[in-house]
Amino acid sequence: MDRELRVLLLSGAALVALAVPLQARAQEPSTPAAAPQVVEPQVKRREVNPPALDTENFEAGAFVGTISIEDFGSSFVWGGRLAYHFTEDVFAEATVGTAKAGQTSYEDLSGSAQLLTNDERQFTYYDLSLGWNALPGEVFLGGRRAMPSAVYFTLGAGSTDFGGDSHFTVALGTGLRVLATDWLAVHMGARDLAFDSDLLGKDKLTHNLQFTFSLTAFF
Amino acid sequence: MRPFRLLTCLLLGLLASTPAVAAAAFEVVVQDPYLELRTGPGRGFPVAQVVDRGAEVTLLRRRTDWIKVRTAGGIEGWVKRAQLERTLTPSGESVTLPGPSPESRVEHRWEVGLATGDTDGASTIAVSGAYLVTPSLLVRADVAQLFGNASNGWLGSVGIAHLFMPQWRVTPFIGIGAGALYVEPKATLVQPEDRSDTAAYAGLGVRGYLTDRFMLQAEWRQYVVFTSRDDNEEIDSWTVSFAYFF
Repeated sequence: MDRELRVLLLSGAALVALAVPLQARAQEPSTPAAAPQVVEPQVKRREVNPPALDTENFEAGAFVGTISIEDFGSSFVWGGRLAYHFTEDVFAEATVGTAKAGQTSYEDLSGSAQLLTNDERQFTYYDLSLGWNALPGEVFLGGRRAMPSAVYFTLGAGSTDFGGDSHFTVALGTGLRVLATDWLAVHMGARDLAFDSDLLGKDKLTHNLQFTFSLTAFF
Repeated sequence: MRPFRLLTCLLLGLLASTPAVAAAAFEVVVQDPYLELRTGPGRGFPVAQVVDRGAEVTLLRRRTDWIKVRTAGGIEGWVKRAQLERTLTPSGESVTLPGPSPESRVEHRWEVGLATGDTDGASTIAVSGAYLVTPSLLVRADVAQLFGNASNGWLGSVGIAHLFMPQWRVTPFIGIGAGALYVEPKATLVQPEDRSDTAAYAGLGVRGYLTDRFMLQAEWRQYVVFTSRDDNEEIDSWTVSFAYFF
């Protein structure tokens, strides 16, 4: 009896001793599982692009002015320009212009000799330039109006059709741009179109200076 | 009387429609201690007004990295993109305005460039465009005008290029392509005859990123021109280009 009781108690104690850690182990996974039961916010902060914000980096317009074509006098010049503003400092510009060259002094004095035909006198150029807004600032009109402005420099290359030939042309320019309104700009500019020419017998570098006034619109 | 009434109606209609347009505009709430409004779209223009945290401003237009805004009091000024991106919409969402970031060097899609150089002794100007299929593979096209001593011409080509290390600031690349060459001998020569031929090129170059949107690129190409004469002609072309990517 004594022995049987002892065996019973011992086996009972052993069972309890075994069961407690087992139970503990069984509970173990459920304990950390309780932690993520906190509700996680499912809403992510959305990023919003402003709808239809008017981006105005293109600038297009027309110019008129005067060009001094080396050896051929000064003429009226007109044309168009298209610019793209990359940053507040840097822009690219495409320019097309045309003028009708006059007569050389030789043609004037000799009376009848003509060096070029009428078509060959048409001076047409284009150039692709990079521009730098070197001196941004403001222009003050009276006491109440201040208009953003910039003095810029451009350097580029292009082609000039003149005298029956196309010439590789280096275009160096400077100008003042004044924004009359947010989208309308007034330019005053000077530009040197330099190219090699052999029209008068020997090869020489000609400089053709142009002064223009232009109106452009940003869009 | 009637025309006046019509005119009044029209004017009233115009007036009525103006707030509707304004209401459709995009508004943001300032989060910085102050939002700085400048008189012009550039860092050199003076800060003429500030807007306190919590106030709302309306976005009007954008030029390069500057956005023109209007305050509730009707004051207008230009704000830098970086500062506007630290604002929130009235419903608490953050605002992003598309623009360059350091990642755009690798992740951009399009490139446009202006180039100048020398093609077999002829001065060259060119425009080019490229599309990045992957960060290291470009499909590109270019058109060049050539000004030689004895002849002028045009050279256009399309091709592909491989960038070896697109994530580096300066990376070498190789390219191949095909195109056409049009040559126009100068009128002063005897019996000038225009001719156009197909051509193919292989080339190598190096490009370096100047900022998050500009790069400089130098390239050498050797063209083989498939002339109608017995021999093919080989031309070397050197160009330096300035390119913008977006």
